[in-house]
Amino acid sequence: MSAYARRAWMVVWKDVLAERRSKESLNALVFFALLLLFVFQFALGPERARVEAALPGLLWLGFILSGLLAFGRTFLIERENDCWEGLVLTPGDKSAIYLGKLAGNVLVMVVVEVVLVALFAVFFAIDFTPFLLGLAAVLALGTLGLASVGTLFGAVTAQMRARELLFPVLLLPAVVPVLLASVSATQTVLAGEPLAEAAAWLKLLAAADLVYLVVGVLTFEFVLEG
Amino acid sequence: MRATGPDAARGRTAPFPASNVMIQAEHLRKTYGPTAVLDDVSLELGTGQGLTLLGPNGTGKTTLLRIVATLLRPTSGLLRVAGADAVKEPEAVRGAIDMVGHGSWVYEDLSALENLRFWAVMGGHDAGQARLRAALEEVELDASADQRARTFSAGMKRRLALARVLLGRARLLLLDEPFTGLDRAGRKWLGEFLLSFKARGGALVVATHSFDAGVGVADRVAILAGGRIVLDRPAADLGLEDLRRLYDELAMGPGTAS
Repeated sequence: MSAYARRAWMVVWKDVLAERRSKESLNALVFFALLLLFVFQFALGPERARVEAALPGLLWLGFILSGLLAFGRTFLIERENDCWEGLVLTPGDKSAIYLGKLAGNVLVMVVVEVVLVALFAVFFAIDFTPFLLGLAAVLALGTLGLASVGTLFGAVTAQMRARELLFPVLLLPAVVPVLLASVSATQTVLAGEPLAEAAAWLKLLAAADLVYLVVGVLTFEFVLEG
Repeated sequence: MRATGPDAARGRTAPFPASNVMIQAEHLRKTYGPTAVLDDVSLELGTGQGLTLLGPNGTGKTTLLRIVATLLRPTSGLLRVAGADAVKEPEAVRGAIDMVGHGSWVYEDLSALENLRFWAVMGGHDAGQARLRAALEEVELDASADQRARTFSAGMKRRLALARVLLGRARLLLLDEPFTGLDRAGRKWLGEFLLSFKARGGALVVATHSFDAGVGVADRVAILAGGRIVLDRPAADLGLEDLRRLYDELAMGPGTAS
């Protein structure tokens, strides 16, 4: 394994280990997901058609709201005991730290998404099994896009006093293309149509992911240095 | 701390390669808006030398250390560290230095061993289990190696930060209040370690309020007041009493007694 990959892996290892022990983010996120589901069910009522029409939007609303909580906390661990300073002073390409943080965020989001989809299935009596493969493809692309921007803006706002306010203000407009494409592609998948029908949205998603990822890799060093 | 000698965890006893000047600062100035935190600071430090910075709170000691560490950019002035321009080539500087600042760089939910492993890999150092355990043994944290850092006292976190320094290949150590939180044995060990580090050709800058410990590891003592170096003398020329008197006169103002 190259030194770059080892450093990225160490960041993932450290963040996952710390989260596994503290369970600060995951506990809050799962509880938050449960609350969202209660609100959605109360708002939509028992009418099946309304639920099905709103489902793609609700799913991604749940993901992005959970992401807002998760991504905003990504770099707070580095503020404790001035660990941020240590990261700045580590030699080598700092984008390894970004990729490590991004991978950690993707992992957290995958857990949250699995929980949310399972809860939707239970709360709204929806059988996702025929759509699982297509849904997984859309979720993978959408999550990568959200996490790429979320990780970068999490770093940008981590050192700011008004970070709780600024983080969503910065993040939400930036992820509009990802959300639009993800919701539309999810709609196609859940309608039982072949994934090819959503090809245009998936291409847009992949392009947005690539752009966000490249921007994150190229700019992270400047963000870290402040 | 253990009397096994600071070289044990470093895994080497060879002196550092000889080069000329480790720090060369000329007319450094750092301002935040209209406030000058550092003003016209010039100093030079060679390999194998130790500089202790004394001064009241808020006189720029930490700012100076952070500028030398490339964590801050000076507003003006020239700074070369380990032969590299600290503003234009910070990466080159970072490969030659290590720092123990106010924060210990400790992740609370990781154990001592896991913390060391993380920083060793991030710094590109040997992260072998034996090496990490030797470093922890050196600072007498071996019994707490698998304990989460959240349960550590401030002194134990300071020791863990010092264990991290043992893993590196730094030629210049920047230490901000390194003696704070350490017990008598810890202070003695740290003093010996710093002297041995200098003996191998390493250079160090220590910012401290502890006169005796700071002077004990220094070749030169500088006093900062109002962002300026108001005294820079060989430590050998200064007795502790002289130093206290000069400190009171120069840094605290006339008529102040310590």
